[in-house]
Amino acid sequence: MNLQNIPVSIESAEEYSIGSLHALLVEIATLLEEFARDGTRGSIDLNSLPFAAGEYDKLRQFLGQGEVSVRIEAVGPSEIMETRYPGVWWVTHYNVEGDIVADMLEITDIPEIIKSQSADIAAGLELLRAQLNDEVPQ
Amino acid sequence: MNEHDTLGERLAQQGISRRSFLKFCAALASMMALPPGAASAIAETLIKTKRPSVIWLSFQECTGCTESLTRSDTPTLENMIFNMISLDYHHTLQAASGYGAEKSREDAMKEFYGKYLLLVDGSIPLKDGGIYSTIAGRTNLDLLQEVAKGAAAIVAVGTCASFGGIPEARPNPTGAVPVSDIIKDKPIINVSGCPPIPVVITGVLAHYLTFGELPALDDLGRPKSFYGQSIHDRCYRRPFYDQGKFAKTFDDEGARNGWCLFELGCKGPITHNACATTKWNGGTSFPIESGHGCLGCSEPHFWDGGSFYAPLSTPTSPLNLATDAVVAGAAIGAGITIANRMKKNAAKSEHQTATVADLEK
Repeated sequence: MNLQNIPVSIESAEEYSIGSLHALLVEIATLLEEFARDGTRGSIDLNSLPFAAGEYDKLRQFLGQGEVSVRIEAVGPSEIMETRYPGVWWVTHYNVEGDIVADMLEITDIPEIIKSQSADIAAGLELLRAQLNDEVPQ
Repeated sequence: MNEHDTLGERLAQQGISRRSFLKFCAALASMMALPPGAASAIAETLIKTKRPSVIWLSFQECTGCTESLTRSDTPTLENMIFNMISLDYHHTLQAASGYGAEKSREDAMKEFYGKYLLLVDGSIPLKDGGIYSTIAGRTNLDLLQEVAKGAAAIVAVGTCASFGGIPEARPNPTGAVPVSDIIKDKPIINVSGCPPIPVVITGVLAHYLTFGELPALDDLGRPKSFYGQSIHDRCYRRPFYDQGKFAKTFDDEGARNGWCLFELGCKGPITHNACATTKWNGGTSFPIESGHGCLGCSEPHFWDGGSFYAPLSTPTSPLNLATDAVVAGAAIGAGITIANRMKKNAAKSEHQTATVADLEK
């Protein structure tokens, strides 16, 4: 039995703030300013930050959802969403059981994980050529 | 046994895409407290790295450390870690047994002498010639000394291997000691915890493979990226400590409000580990989040550091007692034990439950 199958519901604590949210938003603004100025990419690892109950959800609400959202299936799903602040991406990687293994904000034009990787392109090309030789579509 | 292939070759054989590996490296960067942007660089390095041979020796231990790693919440990603190494000997996990198992260890030691990583869980008994724990008829001490000679580095997994742990707790009947008390001429990294957080074990391996050296260590030989801050510093209840708001019992208003557990014996202020951010059980929570104070299991002698339910401010220093004080302490301890037993018996006769708080009055 994995963890998800255990019928335990976690009661959320009453919301309160420990002041992380404001500091984090200031950091995001600083990184975005740097990226806009000279293209320096930035990122913030959300897993390493202590959030009080409710603060994480407040951050999600504040950043909102922008125009682009991408779902990747690679050793479990990954969700990549541009926030309503273009250039600020929320990247969440899950394992096959649905647990978060990495959760970060990336300040960039497009997160690296979305791009096709050169090794995968080479392997795909090889596969395509082999299939063309074996079973040429008419 | 042939020279091991690279991780890239291994992943390609298994049809794992580079994007999947990049994702894995993003998780690694996060667990190693590296900037998330380091994922690409880690991927580039690891993909070309030859998989090192790893020999895992289990001594006086409960197998909790192996359980922690193998029953981790991220099986697929952990499998990738196992792809990154060649686990050539682990007597709990390997299929071979008896002479076959010992031969695989000897073969790996010979083939990769000076290059293999040695992982150890459990402490090593020294009393009476070390007879209290043996493997294939050899004492743990003998085995450790032999295997350590050809190791590039040693990872002491868990508090027992790092600091002696529970086997070393008073009165330490087997004369248990940690790895670092025996091996003095090899780099040793202590990954303490009872058990250690699984991603810390894998993070240390990943760091070694990525950078070819051990990570920066604290004064107790633990990686700073995981043990650099105290549980207290990273605790979401820390603001209540600063405000002087404490739970006084486990079911009072303060406890229900999620106030600081310091007065209920939380050892968070003196305990260095990553539980508060990495958490347990698939990132669900860590002990303080479940309403119980930290036991301090990643610190030396945590088992002998006084009651788990006495505040740190309680003036107990059982570890530093002088000999005559120990004698006096033993007498007092015996007195307290008798008194506690009387309280417990009295409670039983009155059909009441004796609580921890009762025993500590």
